Amino acid sequence: MVRNDRVQQILMHAFMILLVVLCVAPFLLMVMSSLTEEATLTRNGYSFFPQVFSLETYRYIIRSQGTILHGYVMTIVVTVIGTTANLLLTILFAYPLSRKDLPYRGVLSFILFFTMLFNGGLVPTYMMYAQTFHIKNTIWALIVPGLMMNAFYVIMMRSFFQSSIPVALIEAAKLDGATEFRILRSVIVPLSKPMVVTLVLMVGLNYWNDWANGLYYVTDQGLFTIQMILNNMIKNIEFLSRNASSLGVAASQMRIPQVGIRMGIAVVAVLPVLVIYPFLQKYFVKGIVIGGVKG
Amino acid sequence: MSKKKRGGAVAIKPEGSWGNVWSHRELYLMLLPGLIYLVINNYLPIGGLVMAFKQFDYSKGIFGSPWAGLKNFKFLFATRDAAIMIRNTLGYNAVFIVLGTVLAIAVAVIMNELRNKSAQKLYQIFILIPYLISMVVVSYIGYAFLSTDAGFINKSLLGGQRLNWYMTPKYWPFILTFIYLWKTFGYNSIIYYATVIGIDTSLYEAAVIDGANRWQSLWHVTLPGLRPTIITLTLLAIGRVFYSDFGLFYQVPMDSGLLYDVTTTIDVYVYKGLIVLNDVGRSAAAGFFQSICGFLLVMAANLVVSKLDKDSALF
Repeated sequence: MVRNDRVQQILMHAFMILLVVLCVAPFLLMVMSSLTEEATLTRNGYSFFPQVFSLETYRYIIRSQGTILHGYVMTIVVTVIGTTANLLLTILFAYPLSRKDLPYRGVLSFILFFTMLFNGGLVPTYMMYAQTFHIKNTIWALIVPGLMMNAFYVIMMRSFFQSSIPVALIEAAKLDGATEFRILRSVIVPLSKPMVVTLVLMVGLNYWNDWANGLYYVTDQGLFTIQMILNNMIKNIEFLSRNASSLGVAASQMRIPQVGIRMGIAVVAVLPVLVIYPFLQKYFVKGIVIGGVKG
Repeated sequence: MSKKKRGGAVAIKPEGSWGNVWSHRELYLMLLPGLIYLVINNYLPIGGLVMAFKQFDYSKGIFGSPWAGLKNFKFLFATRDAAIMIRNTLGYNAVFIVLGTVLAIAVAVIMNELRNKSAQKLYQIFILIPYLISMVVVSYIGYAFLSTDAGFINKSLLGGQRLNWYMTPKYWPFILTFIYLWKTFGYNSIIYYATVIGIDTSLYEAAVIDGANRWQSLWHVTLPGLRPTIITLTLLAIGRVFYSDFGLFYQVPMDSGLLYDVTTTIDVYVYKGLIVLNDVGRSAAAGFFQSICGFLLVMAANLVVSKLDKDSALF
């Protein structure tokens, strides 16, 4: 019986270790390819154990400040502005909805909730942003559509306010003559720090990883974020492979970052996420658990 | 407390009376930015759904364009594309829901059974990593494995064969399912794991006293304990079976023309019609179809669940 139990434990660990390897190995392949000397990479293919190491990829990335560094700065700017705006909208919307004494609270909640059930989809959304608001090729195209407020996160926030902040505290602040904005700033938000951190991480990740808004609305390379640079390089690969025969020599002379460098840029794009993540993992898990089961 | 009583007295006036609303004006002011955003980002596009019934002309805009009746839909459903994209969207989602749920529950249960808690914490950190990565980066990783000339699979695993992955449709249902599971299982198993550890431990103790072995308590305690979560998550997923992860189906196969039959979902079709092919009519019709079917399905799924198990329903 005890032996049997030991075997079970070992098998379960083996299964989990297999999954962990499957999760991590692809990133290792990516990092290793970016550290492989170009000629070796072309000869041996992408490999976990490169024969000849080289830092040329990263030298290239640092030298080419023009595009990649600029893309990085754009990603950071978009993530910071977008996350700040989202958090502001979310908190300002969630707090009144958490107040049971707010007249028409049901209607307002429904207006929010309905956006989770029904939406116009890409075509009307695109037409409106592009044709009516002329958002194409502006930085707003990367910040506003879709990402700036999400009913799901608002409902998470509202539930947190309702369950964790005693009504008596709000009442007391009001008796002291505090305005609602003051209460929100000095009572509610400080008491909700773990939830705010969780939301900052989830929203920040959405902005950092977003490429779809760029694909829809942006063609100006000056606005390219790192994800869009990656996206654009794939298009160039496709273009090349599709037209290789007709383009002939011209294709090989087109300036496309070589194999290793492409991987290097991908590594640079995920690095901040992977470096920060282990330290803040508990907040991510919290967000997933709260958000996942019941919004 | 006393304040609350007074609130009750005021409530003799209708709750929505002007005086009561006015006294909450600050709270309404807070709601204003969010309401403006919802109107712009969510409600105006719903009005824009009428595009599906218009002969869209960029110079005249959505409302100025002439009506086209059902012409866009006739064009859409006259093509082979319509059947293919609906089949793909529903088919992949069905497979994803079943396999995704089974895998996530298996991982959650196994994590719960592990006695070495520090190892368990470590596993939990690693299995969430794929979830954090954008689909563009995933497509690069996919390319590193699958590229014909230099891919890891061709060069290292198949000893230099030149299988043309990006031109062979039959592999892609498996590749896409694998990548979907790879990217999402960590996320879903964390949700299930949270439910598993929330199950009342006295139930397990009672099961042991009744002579249940580990499998029996898994079957009679853990799975029933997971039931509400399974229902809620599956319901959410069923409500979205007309939607697909655009990045997974567009970026990962690198928009390869030979794979369209197995990679075109409604979202891919709508995007390409709108931005690449400039076929706005059919694209709008497909989008309209998706929005309406999606909405009806959420309502239907919720209705069914609220009949079966009221607490698990969404609303």
